[in-house]
Amino acid sequence: MEPLNALVSVTNFMLIPAFAYGSQLALGALGITLIFSILRFAHFAHGDTMALGTAAVIGGTFFLQAQGIGLGGLPTALLAIPFGILVMVLYLLAADKLVYKYFRQVKAKPLTLVMASLGVMFVTNGITRLFMGVGETRFEDGQRFLFTVREFREFTGLAEGMALRSAQAITIITALIVMVVLFWFLTRTRAGKSMRAYSDNEDLALLSGINPERVVMITWTITAILLVLAGTLYGLDKGFRPFNYFQLLLPMFAAAILGGLGSPIGAIVGAYVVAFAEMGITFAWRRVFSYLMPEGLEPTSMMQLLPVDYKFAVTFAILVIVLLFRPTGIFKGKVL
Amino acid sequence: MSLTARDLGLFAIMGAVLAMVAMFQSPQLAVTILNMSLISAIMALGVNMQWGYAGLFNVGIMGFTAVGGLAVVLIAQPPVPEAWAAGGLGILLGLMLGVATILAAVVVYKRMSPSKLRGFAIFGVLVAGYLITSYVFGPAKQAVQAVNPASEGYLGGANLPVILAWPVGGIFAAGVAWLVGKVSLGLRSDYLAIATLGISEIVIAVLKHERWLARGVNNVTGIDRPVPRPVDLQPQPWVQSLAETLGWSVSQTASVVSGLGYSLLFLIVLAILIWLAERALNSPWGRMMRAIRDNEVSARAMGKDVTRRHLMIFVLGSAVCGLAGAMMVSMDGQLTPGSYEPLRFTFLIWVMVIVGGSGNNWGSVLGAFVIWFLWVQVEPAGRWFMDLVTSGMADTSALRQHLLDSAAYMRLLTMGVALLLMLRFAPRGLIPER
Repeated sequence: MEPLNALVSVTNFMLIPAFAYGSQLALGALGITLIFSILRFAHFAHGDTMALGTAAVIGGTFFLQAQGIGLGGLPTALLAIPFGILVMVLYLLAADKLVYKYFRQVKAKPLTLVMASLGVMFVTNGITRLFMGVGETRFEDGQRFLFTVREFREFTGLAEGMALRSAQAITIITALIVMVVLFWFLTRTRAGKSMRAYSDNEDLALLSGINPERVVMITWTITAILLVLAGTLYGLDKGFRPFNYFQLLLPMFAAAILGGLGSPIGAIVGAYVVAFAEMGITFAWRRVFSYLMPEGLEPTSMMQLLPVDYKFAVTFAILVIVLLFRPTGIFKGKVL
Repeated sequence: MSLTARDLGLFAIMGAVLAMVAMFQSPQLAVTILNMSLISAIMALGVNMQWGYAGLFNVGIMGFTAVGGLAVVLIAQPPVPEAWAAGGLGILLGLMLGVATILAAVVVYKRMSPSKLRGFAIFGVLVAGYLITSYVFGPAKQAVQAVNPASEGYLGGANLPVILAWPVGGIFAAGVAWLVGKVSLGLRSDYLAIATLGISEIVIAVLKHERWLARGVNNVTGIDRPVPRPVDLQPQPWVQSLAETLGWSVSQTASVVSGLGYSLLFLIVLAILIWLAERALNSPWGRMMRAIRDNEVSARAMGKDVTRRHLMIFVLGSAVCGLAGAMMVSMDGQLTPGSYEPLRFTFLIWVMVIVGGSGNNWGSVLGAFVIWFLWVQVEPAGRWFMDLVTSGMADTSALRQHLLDSAAYMRLLTMGVALLLMLRFAPRGLIPER
């Protein structure tokens, strides 16, 4: 029985990756939930816009690297993020002006807007692939580990090692900062309050002189910031492949629905639930249990509930359970 | 509702374009485009039933077509006796235990009153069921997959005529659709979209991962075809004389003849489906569906069970998609789970329906032809365009190479732009609903 080793093992292989993944999902799901509460449609282009934003950051990173500008130990991509955000703000505002604005003005059904977002998804997807191709691009540089398995072992003297990759640490820290800032913005600033008012009751907000187009513009801007951050952090952590970003759509939506569509805090909680469930159920627990069980009783199988290929099944199962038992989500989102 | 002169004109233009492909590019290409257009038309018809008649937003078309494709393997392939002997019974028993577990959980949920105890009971049933099922299923699966893994390693099929797989594919897809619909219909409309998106990813994951079922990513190839293969046609005297008359090579003639055989079969299926769909749309049932679509609240007030009607049409439409999926696999003669991509099998079909005209069956058919033609032809056109744009650069220029290589992605861009333009300027499509 070596519970300490078990704890280290589960932290290293499951808790840290799940926490990082959950943070990335949370930033994405926040964008989905914001668009849903202000513009009132399910934004299907989210995954692909995230990919395009990351592509812009990668472009910036490569440019900076070629100039020999870097951040020392930190990834150069962090310097390129403002550029990516700028590109995506312009892109999303252009998409809004060219596509969504018209449907808003004619008061089209929500599903027409969803359809339009499919069109934007195709275009974005095409643009991303024109620049990046379909293969994997790695753009993580700087110091890869905050501490490695060996350093940890030497420091603690445990048999089981633990490593913390800088990408994971950056992800978690950035996500926490962004969430705090976002909540401060939504609850304390005039623009944030007008957003919440508009989301609560559109007519009343219009009557009190809130300019809807301004609210929409702010929403897209915040979404762009969240998108670029989520995409870049995901890319730093796992490498950039456009298709993976498309596939993030399902867990992000699951997170937003689970937390309650339209509720920012719900999106965050939902994202972590999805991430931990996905990782926990597809994780091979054998190693952990071999430390926990008394000698002679170590498990012989992998102790893996589902193969990793089925991580979508986990997301889906969570989604189904929520839909069946609590369609409004954990934090009572909007149900139309 | 019959076609107007304008609609017939649009179809005639499409036919002329295909004829031009046959003349200027190659007859084989024209036949390939025709066949895939026909299959896409059937998929679009299925989606149009859901979206056009009932306003249901299904983004899991890929999953339903893949399930239909699976039916072809399970029906037409010969069984593998060694695999059945090794673990066939274990697999069947395991599947039954899995279903029994879920049923038991449902029974517990229905019978017990809501309380913490019920939660624990359900959890206990599921855990126990999972352990027993994996105890039976795991070893059986390993045994089956170990049987001659290079060429078999799966249970095989029922060795029945391949045509039979088409309706069975529809039934499979209908079964999956019933499960999804039961859960997500009656809630917000976007929820169905997310649920179908999820189930389609799961279907593909199952197909890729469960090697005992259809060999997973190892693909099942050489499936029986309903039409003679070009290789078998080549020695036929009538094919050779036909080749001589046309002045084509024998192999070319054989592949065109074989392709046209498929076209005929597909046309028959499409014609039957259109006939049925048009009849249904113009019957009291069709009027009821449109009434529900246009105003759910009033339809409900009239005593219509909206959720049940939605479930019905969702199952029907998905079955049509499954049928098309089965037809596609039997045309290719192989099931390749790795080739199912949502952009190609879900969202492209959506573009077809929107561009063609949602709510109109003929519109979906035309949309399928137009969009599939663009999908095939935009890539060479994009390459030509990129070549033109970059002609000033040196041949070795990295940018030029990159742009030429990525010309393939022009098609995604084109599809998106086509969809957005249609939504904005002609939201009712090429052949609007009447």
